[in-house]
Amino acid sequence: MKDRYDVVIIGAGIVGCLTARELAKYDLDILVLERNGDVGAATSAANSALIHAGYDPIPGTLKAELNVRGNAMWDRLSSELDISFRRTGDYVVAIGEDEIENLKILKRQGELNGVPGLELIDGETARARVPALNPETAAALYAPSAGIVDTFGAVIAAAENAVENGVSFAFETEFEDFIFDGNRIIGVKTPRGSIGCDWAINCAGLEADTVMHKAGARPDFRIRARRGEYCVIDPEYFTLDTVLFPVPSVKGKGVLVFTTTHGNTVVGPTSEWIDGKTDAAISAFGQAYLEENMRKLVPTIDLRRTIAVFAGLRASGNARCLNPAVDYVGDFIVEAAAEAAGLINCGGIESPGLTSAPAIAERIVRILREAGAALCERSDWNPIRKGRPVMRRLSDAEKQRLIKTDPRYGKIVCRCEMVTEGEIAAEIHAPIPARTYDALKRRTWLGTGRCQGGFDLTRVVEILARELGVPVSDIRKNEAGSEFVVAETKNWSGE
Amino acid sequence: MSERFIASDFDVVVIGAGPAGLAAAISAKENGAGSVLVIDRESEAGGILQQCVHNGFGLDTFKEDLPGPSYAQRYIDRAAAAGVAFLFNTMVTAVSRDRRVLTSNDRDGVREYRGKAIVFAMGCRERSRAQIRVPGTRPAGVYTAGTAQRWVNIDGFLPGRRFVILGSGDIGMIMARRLTLEGAKVECVVEINSYLSGLSRNLVQCLQDYDIPLLLRHTVTKIIGNKRVEAVEISAVDERWKPVAGSERAVPCDTLLLSVGLIPENELTRRVGIEMDPLIGGPVVDNRYATNLPGFFGAGNVVQVYDLVDSVSSAAEIAGRSAARYAAGTFAADCGSMPVHPGKNVRQVVPQRICPASLAEDPIALQLRVAKPLEGPVEFRVIGGDRILVRKRFPYARPGEMATVMIPKAAGSAFRETDEVRIDAVPLAEGIE
Ligand SMILES: Cc1cc2nc3c(=O)[nH]c(=O)nc-3n(C[C@H](O)[C@H](O)[C@H](O)COP(=O)(O)OP(=O)(O)OC[C@H]3O[C@@H](n4cnc5c(N)ncnc54)[C@H](O)[C@@H]3O)c2cc1C
Ligand SMILES: Cc1cc2nc3c(=O)[nH]c(=O)nc-3n(C[C@H](O)[C@H](O)[C@H](O)COP(=O)(O)OP(=O)(O)OC[C@H]3O[C@@H](n4cnc5c(N)ncnc54)[C@H](O)[C@@H]3O)c2cc1C
Repeated sequence: MKDRYDVVIIGAGIVGCLTARELAKYDLDILVLERNGDVGAATSAANSALIHAGYDPIPGTLKAELNVRGNAMWDRLSSELDISFRRTGDYVVAIGEDEIENLKILKRQGELNGVPGLELIDGETARARVPALNPETAAALYAPSAGIVDTFGAVIAAAENAVENGVSFAFETEFEDFIFDGNRIIGVKTPRGSIGCDWAINCAGLEADTVMHKAGARPDFRIRARRGEYCVIDPEYFTLDTVLFPVPSVKGKGVLVFTTTHGNTVVGPTSEWIDGKTDAAISAFGQAYLEENMRKLVPTIDLRRTIAVFAGLRASGNARCLNPAVDYVGDFIVEAAAEAAGLINCGGIESPGLTSAPAIAERIVRILREAGAALCERSDWNPIRKGRPVMRRLSDAEKQRLIKTDPRYGKIVCRCEMVTEGEIAAEIHAPIPARTYDALKRRTWLGTGRCQGGFDLTRVVEILARELGVPVSDIRKNEAGSEFVVAETKNWSGE
Repeated sequence: MSERFIASDFDVVVIGAGPAGLAAAISAKENGAGSVLVIDRESEAGGILQQCVHNGFGLDTFKEDLPGPSYAQRYIDRAAAAGVAFLFNTMVTAVSRDRRVLTSNDRDGVREYRGKAIVFAMGCRERSRAQIRVPGTRPAGVYTAGTAQRWVNIDGFLPGRRFVILGSGDIGMIMARRLTLEGAKVECVVEINSYLSGLSRNLVQCLQDYDIPLLLRHTVTKIIGNKRVEAVEISAVDERWKPVAGSERAVPCDTLLLSVGLIPENELTRRVGIEMDPLIGGPVVDNRYATNLPGFFGAGNVVQVYDLVDSVSSAAEIAGRSAARYAAGTFAADCGSMPVHPGKNVRQVVPQRICPASLAEDPIALQLRVAKPLEGPVEFRVIGGDRILVRKRFPYARPGEMATVMIPKAAGSAFRETDEVRIDAVPLAEGIE
């Protein structure tokens, strides 16, 4: 880490990483500050991973604009960065005649937002296309532009491409405060020292309000965390190749059933306001809620076939839509701070924040330019990032070729997801290195299958220690304090 | 053996070199199979026994109380003497209906082996936290008991200092003792049922002898701690396993071990399309351990989770013999088998089908578990139509302890008049007919 950069980005979620990647096109010295030990370990790691079509947001809001624009950007983005992404289309399903009216409203709203190809289909057609649907399905709204993405892979790919184009990342480095010269930001403070900068970009997710308040920006803006819990269903028991939504209510989009790019079926999320911004615990209440609500769409799923549970926290803000004609609270903020020069804020980036992230990054560049940043395009910018081999996707012949070059690709470490030692080692030595079990899990999907790490955990911990050259007792699940083992048996004789 | 050339065609290919795979391979050889290959993903044979350094193995087979690795060694030596071929550090990734076994390792890469007969002996895996959906955070310090056992006994690491163990399975109780001996503190073992799920002898030898409390009819209702487990919340439950409001209390600890059941490891079996017993999670087998797909046999914990390794070995020997016969073309494909149904008070029974014709050669062992504890004297009855064909009495029957009922060779004729049988467990207090 140097002591001065042109741009400091606070937060390495999908928004911070795509912004870094976008800004790397220009002749700028860029640093991304992240308090965690890895990119994309917060909200960007625990969500529905859907590229929403854009019929949900209220027309005229920034959410609507960025959603539809962001959605259209994913084809190119995913091919440049080698991200798993598939336009599966999605269905909003009306159970019973009463709900059909809601579909019509949604369709009209989507058309106003510019969503392409929306189609209202009758219940029979919907059930013919998705046989698992509730027999009482009366109609469905089909949105062909909706898709699914590997949310972990997207953040990592964006960050890696940024690094390959010269961006620096500082992990376990928390933004603490701004340094001002009059009303202009000239640097940031971190526990590892102060860093000078011309521009600071706030992509701090759940903490975006805290960060902007340090600069005196939008003192009334507040983020509250809204938890969403999920169950992952054993794919040998049930899969789907599309995304099913109930009709939305005031509480949000409701409990969905969808299959991830990885092939697991997921049921969720719940929607529950929590105290503070960290409680991503699984609750008995949430699990009961899922049980009750998912039956609405697919009555036959049995949640006893759950292989994993997880929860994410939505960063729900209270920003009023800037368009005076639209009465909506809870819009995205993507703006130059009015109160401090040199600061650009993102705030309230809840769903569809993942979908919108490329459009948010694009907008940030425009704002920077308008604010007077010198943006000279670099001639050597490389938009292409190549992913590393994923053994389970290769043909036997391709596998054989790879094992010839590195025999560790023949050694399967995670038996459910068929992840090899070669893939694990490659991630540990990648441009954004994986140093923890969870970091490896996000990159390779090891430990996400039926046995949930029961087989691989001890082996992966051993590989991490060996590759990083540290003792096994230093290997962590995620952050400091999450070490797996406490001592060697021979050196420990009780308290 | 690592550099030895291995042919691709074998009479019998066994998947898994645990006690089941070993016994099946030896028996196949002894029953005439010319070439037998055993494939295992580990670097040595013995399966789960290699991490079971405690005693308690071999009481039936050898009339000796052996540690797991010693029990395994006897079979490893016999297998070597019989000329069984081994392929280690090799994962079997798929099996086809025409009995091709696809493997991956770091020496040969992706390679195929063909067997005239295949024996599945992949053992079992542990149920995870998600499968029982314990609420709370997801910190480090929540491990299955078997993971902890591997860390302590094989790798030499202590996964925590202060433990709560959820589930009264054998591995959990054995680890409670092991961790105590390593100097760690085990606060308690928590069991949601009103009865033990493991063996009674482990309750005495692993918990009571070390003053570790067993809380029956309790469960963990929450995991607390963001990075590492800091405590678990324990609550009493009612008959329907619902937590009793107001009974919850937090028990500080840094590790929660899960011993909440084992699941036969049958991905390969299921994907090749073999008929499964949905309750047990293993393939449906007949008394010769043949599955419904010709040439495929099941041995050991793949078929059902056994309590004792001795019963694994003896069942696997039958599977190995059947595989050798199949490879030689002397296995009767259609033996006129009939289903065996679990009846009153019986949760499960293996084999699920029997061929009365095989009684001409051997008696048939039916292994079963009751659905609930029956603490007084019990009579197991094998019933065909309205006739009791076989009876066997036990002083008690518990779900945690598998019971064996032998159908003697002499009973053969009685089975000729029926085409299915049922097995009931009748408490004798309810009156003898
Ligand atoms: C349940 C749920 C379902 C969702 N489903 C979808 C969906 O299907 N489709 C969709 O488009 N969107 C969805 N979203 C929304 C989407 O996940 C988010 O909008 C997106 O991930 C936000 O990305 P981000 O980069 O803003 O925030 P984050 O991913 O939270 O990243 C912010 C980063 O900032 C870091 N940080 C915070 N404070 C500091 C500091 N002081 N110093 C240094 N670093 C700091 C954090 O550690 C974090 O890494 C969902 C969200 C949830 C919770
Ligand atoms: C922790 C524990 C404690 C026990 N304590 C006792 C006791 O005190 N007394 C007693 O009598 N019994 C005890 N048992 C029971 C006994 O050990 C088991 O019943 C017995 O080991 C089961 O044998 P198995 O061969 O079926 O399975 P395993 O021993 O599990 O062997 C299966 C083998 O298959 C291999 N394998 C699986 N899948 C693949 C694949 N795809 N490719 C390649 N190889 C594969 C595995 O690596 C393993 O080596 C205990 C069991 C456990 C788990």
